[in-house]
Amino acid sequence: MSVTDLNPLLQRLEAYRHQGRTALLPALHDAQELFGYIPQNAAEEIGRALNIPLADVYGVIEFYSLFYSQPIGKTIIHICNDPACAMAGSETLFKQIRFSLQEVKTTGDTPTLAIEMAPCLGLCEHAPAVLIQGKAYGHANQQTWQDLVSGKGERPSSVLGGTVSILTANCGLGHTVHLSEYLNFGGYQALRKALHSTPRQIIEEIKASGLVGRGGAAFPTGLKWEAAANAAGEIKYVVCNADEAEPGTFKDRVLMEDDPHSILEGILIAGYAIGAQKGYIYIRGEYLIPYQAMKQAVEDAREAGFLGNNILDTDFDFEIEIRRGAGAYICGEETALFESIEGKRGFPRLKPPFPTTHGLFGKPTVINNVETLANVPVIIRKGAAHYRKLGTEQSPGSKLFCLSGDVVRPGLYEVPFGIPFHHLLYDLAGGMRPGHRFQAALFGGAAGAFATEQHLDVRLTFEDLKAAGLPLGSGVITVFDETRDLRDICLRLARFFAEESCGKCYPCQMGTQRQFEIMQRIASGNIQKHDWDILQDVGWTMTDSSLCGLGQTAASAILSAMKHFPHLFKSD
Amino acid sequence: MSELITITMDNQTFQVPAGITILQAARQNHIEIPTICYHDHCTANGLCRICVVEVEGARTLQPACVVGVREGMVIHTSSERVIRSRRTILEMLASSVDLSEAPEIQSLMEQYASNTNRFPDAEPRHPPLLDDNPMYIRDYAKCILCWRCVQVCAEDAQYAYAINFSGRGYETQISTFYQIPMPESTCVFCGQCVGVCPTGALKPKRQWLLEMGYTPDEIMSLTRSQRQRRKRREESPAAF
Repeated sequence: MSVTDLNPLLQRLEAYRHQGRTALLPALHDAQELFGYIPQNAAEEIGRALNIPLADVYGVIEFYSLFYSQPIGKTIIHICNDPACAMAGSETLFKQIRFSLQEVKTTGDTPTLAIEMAPCLGLCEHAPAVLIQGKAYGHANQQTWQDLVSGKGERPSSVLGGTVSILTANCGLGHTVHLSEYLNFGGYQALRKALHSTPRQIIEEIKASGLVGRGGAAFPTGLKWEAAANAAGEIKYVVCNADEAEPGTFKDRVLMEDDPHSILEGILIAGYAIGAQKGYIYIRGEYLIPYQAMKQAVEDAREAGFLGNNILDTDFDFEIEIRRGAGAYICGEETALFESIEGKRGFPRLKPPFPTTHGLFGKPTVINNVETLANVPVIIRKGAAHYRKLGTEQSPGSKLFCLSGDVVRPGLYEVPFGIPFHHLLYDLAGGMRPGHRFQAALFGGAAGAFATEQHLDVRLTFEDLKAAGLPLGSGVITVFDETRDLRDICLRLARFFAEESCGKCYPCQMGTQRQFEIMQRIASGNIQKHDWDILQDVGWTMTDSSLCGLGQTAASAILSAMKHFPHLFKSD
Repeated sequence: MSELITITMDNQTFQVPAGITILQAARQNHIEIPTICYHDHCTANGLCRICVVEVEGARTLQPACVVGVREGMVIHTSSERVIRSRRTILEMLASSVDLSEAPEIQSLMEQYASNTNRFPDAEPRHPPLLDDNPMYIRDYAKCILCWRCVQVCAEDAQYAYAINFSGRGYETQISTFYQIPMPESTCVFCGQCVGVCPTGALKPKRQWLLEMGYTPDEIMSLTRSQRQRRKRREESPAAF
């Protein structure tokens, strides 16, 4: 039996000991990093140090796909398998690399590589994307695998477009905006202004701005803040949901990588408004560069007095802690995210009670998406009235759209709410690739719905899209030309949900698996007479009866494909 | 005496105490709502969703076991949407799990006219049977993931924390730490998990052997070595 030297881990565990269970994911990340997997004796030490039942420690390891309870390989390569990357050839890439690795193995060279297909890595504008030991590389098909593995591959930089740059004002400079630069751009002035107002005034301003959540649910931000501010209790939290994992979404990654301080400023203002003392930023495990950028920003902000006690010489004290996810889409669901920070499997909780009264550690909590929080300094600096000059009455401000797939210029587009879809697609993103025409677009990611030619004129607002039966979601638009088999796209979405279902409630636990199995058959051309009815029953059962938003939307795209392209699902 | 509120259930108006669940309100008024994962003495988690009902004004169907009644609530316990969900969940269960020793679920399938072969090419869960201790066997091919065993092993009863989960989603299984044999875990063999298991996934070993046709005498001799080991273990501390 191999003996693992646990000393490096034991040293790190000392720092976590007083925190208890909430330090479980950080401790497991450390073990995974130190040993390449989590050996049983390491898990025992972690359980002992943090006072967690060992069965629970194992349950947590098993829940998150970036934790391995068995040795897997010194270098782990993840290749994205979701629509945008698949259309750019990620499956061929996977086969090529696997083939090359087998060659290497037989010659006994570096036998310590492991390769896995992964869910969307949030690099859709650089498709096909890969992660190598957690580091992101784009356009992986244009590089040799040796370059990729040795770290010489192309590191993706932001691709920006659009007609306004408000949220993305400091993005696309080719580097992460440092604190000094951010201050030169007028950074932290909104915080200064906020601290000279009352919390109530801040909440009123956010309410007046009409800002709604950008993570997908579009809940009014001001109302959420107000509810948390009014909730009983001294201890409150602000959580920044940076677990961006909806296939096709990459906006939060760009914001965090390029302009992290704008997000910190938003969190600080939220904290002041609701009377919180602490904030958490929960970043998906696959986002190593954004994690490093945010971590540096937090350290710099603390050094400069924007975090800590008596911020800007006021009575306001605030701290921010960054947490990394570990490969679980479900943790983007707000209550599952809380469970994850608390050191548990990412099971969503029953609602009510809602986070504003019973959130993280059972305390009143505001949880907002990265882009939502990035809007906050903009609103506070110039006022709600100015903010509302852009966009429509019901959808004020600007919105980030993540365009990928068969468009000439995939990238992150910032536009005012209200422009028509065709303007974004044809005028801003360069339209379809030469010689091809538009077939469909997936709005809102895997949990979204398909748009067809008849939707090209739809205005991009919450109200117009809702009327058209399309979700705005988190701003994902994945475009497909006439050569794409939408059944294959649906199969990928079905596989995504089957892999990402947490397994808590029956409709989603079994429904995502059955949906995947049926789509496998349909995509291979073997359509049976009852498939239509079965897919409808499974889909509507998940939609109607699942416990959380994941299950409730796990059939959404497929049901919309069945509506718009029924012939694809019928045998005759 | 708690405050009474008025609700409408299946077009009948009832006065019920505030603060109870829809399921409790239904039972008090002799309206049947089926349950699977729910157990009177375990924390209700709303897992199986077989108890979903339609509440007017709610976007999704609501699990009756955890949702509380509200003044003026209008509830439909067997609308078309409700029936479709219940029937499909039962059909999916039948395609995933060995329900041969779950008579309650079988009768629900009959009641909802569920087709046990609705998903002919479905991949069922069929982990191997675990026989690693003298007290009970674990046949997780029969496990419906109702969580009762995990809950009674933890805060709902015993605080032994011997079991949790492995995998996630459809691949979820009940598991000890790194799948170690039960005697190496923190299991105290209280038997509570066996008591709450609704599908025969957990079963006393003696019952299991009897069902396989062994006679009591054969069982005694089969398990003798295990009992002797146990006895020796118990005696050894006395030597100190």
